[in-house]
Amino acid sequence: MSSQLLIQTIANAIAASGMLALIAVGLTLAFGVMQMANLAHGHFFMMGAYTVYALYALGGWPFWWAVAAAVAVGAVIGLIVERGIFRPLQGDVVSGFIATAGLMFVFEVLVGEIWGWGLSRPIPSPYMRAFRFMGAAVAFQRVLVIPFAIVSIGGLMFFMRRFRLGRALRAVAQDPEAAALQGININRMTALAMAIAGAYAGLAGGLMSTIYAITPSLGGHIILPALIVVVVGGMGSIGGATLAAVIFGFVMTFVTTLVDGVTAVMVSVTVMAVVLAIRPQGLMGRVIA
Amino acid sequence: MSSHSLKKYKIGGLAPLILVLSGLCLVPFFLRAYLVEVAMMYFIYIILAQSYRLIVTVHDWQLYHIVLYGVGAYTSGMLAKNLGVPVFAAIPLGGAMAGLVGMAITLPLLRTKGWGFYIATYGLAELIRLTWLKFRNPFGGSTGIIDIPWPPVIAGIDFSDRIPYYFFSLGVMLLVMLMLYRIEKSRIGDSFKAISMDPELAASTGINIPRHRLMACAIGGFFAGVAGGLLVHRLGAVDPKLFNITTTLYLLIWVVVGGTNTFWGPIIGVSVMHTLFELSRPLIEIRPMFFGLSMVLVLIFLPGGLEGLISKAVARLQKRDRVAPVET
Repeated sequence: MSSQLLIQTIANAIAASGMLALIAVGLTLAFGVMQMANLAHGHFFMMGAYTVYALYALGGWPFWWAVAAAVAVGAVIGLIVERGIFRPLQGDVVSGFIATAGLMFVFEVLVGEIWGWGLSRPIPSPYMRAFRFMGAAVAFQRVLVIPFAIVSIGGLMFFMRRFRLGRALRAVAQDPEAAALQGININRMTALAMAIAGAYAGLAGGLMSTIYAITPSLGGHIILPALIVVVVGGMGSIGGATLAAVIFGFVMTFVTTLVDGVTAVMVSVTVMAVVLAIRPQGLMGRVIA
Repeated sequence: MSSHSLKKYKIGGLAPLILVLSGLCLVPFFLRAYLVEVAMMYFIYIILAQSYRLIVTVHDWQLYHIVLYGVGAYTSGMLAKNLGVPVFAAIPLGGAMAGLVGMAITLPLLRTKGWGFYIATYGLAELIRLTWLKFRNPFGGSTGIIDIPWPPVIAGIDFSDRIPYYFFSLGVMLLVMLMLYRIEKSRIGDSFKAISMDPELAASTGINIPRHRLMACAIGGFFAGVAGGLLVHRLGAVDPKLFNITTTLYLLIWVVVGGTNTFWGPIIGVSVMHTLFELSRPLIEIRPMFFGLSMVLVLIFLPGGLEGLISKAVARLQKRDRVAPVET
């Protein structure tokens, strides 16, 4: 591996870690608060990417407005899913999980019917510049996600520790009944958690839309790495998800560069199985934030 | 609970069962060739859904069942093609392999609970499926394996023909159903149910939970593998696409829409949903959305599935019958 390729791969790995972290943090937050995980979470990411495609590439909006719209779309979808599926199924873990599996089909067909199947949608990059560093060129667009991931995940952690609302979220995650006795409205907290989860997935989708080949099946491809990150990090743990996102961002990017994408998934799954066999609760347990 | 609702179906004794069976025996002689092929898929899917329900009774909604179906198909196909194992021996061997793989996947995850478990089973299933995709030798990569031997001629009956194979798969399905039924009614079946209802209580009565979970995975996996063997020797080919997450979603849809509380739920689920699937071929693009939505709606509004709806309707009818004479 030449030093040029090495630097490029490291940059890619950091970007992939940032993206995975943005997706996984929302997934794990929603799990922590509701004890329900969302198999359609990857499809939130896909909807964010398509929002940017529709508004920026087709509609001619400025890129940043389109990304802001993707965040809003993600949050709204999160709220709809919370109200329509998780709330009626409250407490029934298996049903919630299978219902979101059905939801994957729904989103995929909706997007496919509106914007077309199969072919990936090219989105022109708004920033053509690249960082030059020791002979390696790293596209600006590709690493754009990194500062956003750091700020939004750091912000979320701060929010969960310092703000009343954030502490209420953590209380619900630890013990919903005790939280309800303290006068916390659980339904509002689960709605908040799903809105945050959707918004973060939408943000990741919007930012990465110019890098990835956008197809309706994108959500199905991204969900497996995201789930692996959440499980290895420890379900419900934001810090764990972030740590695992960095680990798997590097593992997947390096294996993809050195061997191929299929092997990268195989290696990640094996790492996950080993971690779970040794530490069934994941790297950072179950306690939130 | 389950034996209680089973009794409800026994109105009129065995007559309906015999009627259905004789219907199934006559049907292939009157149907178009294509529809006979479709009927065989029903049998395979019913085996899959039934064996999945066995695992679900232990409350392990794992996501590798379809991949075990694939393990059965690949093993049986490769044994017959590369090693010349007779087809009718290769099918149960494929089942045994699938059962072993099921246990091997579950073993490291036994201590993982709830979510982690479901997701990890999905990940390990992908690992197996990607192995088929990655290694062109011996699994054939994305194009899979072709030219898998057809079943032989036995006693003058050519089992590679459509109608003999129809009866063969019908027979296998009935045998599998009988075995699963006996397992459910046995002591092991009771232990499974006890584990799903209250694991802690079950453990305190001396039921070894990990052992029973592994047992459910092995038995369910075996039958899934047998279903794969049935498939592969009819198609004559196999590829990784047959066993992807979409197929898993359809399996979940059959089982959820049909209901898992009694033995008959998955059969109802496959019968209804696969019929709708076949009928909606003209709407192929939006079909998944309809199926996804139907699963979501059933989960929210009809937690017992169609089977629950039917047993409720039957119960209500019986009540009305009982009340009616009093009123007159």
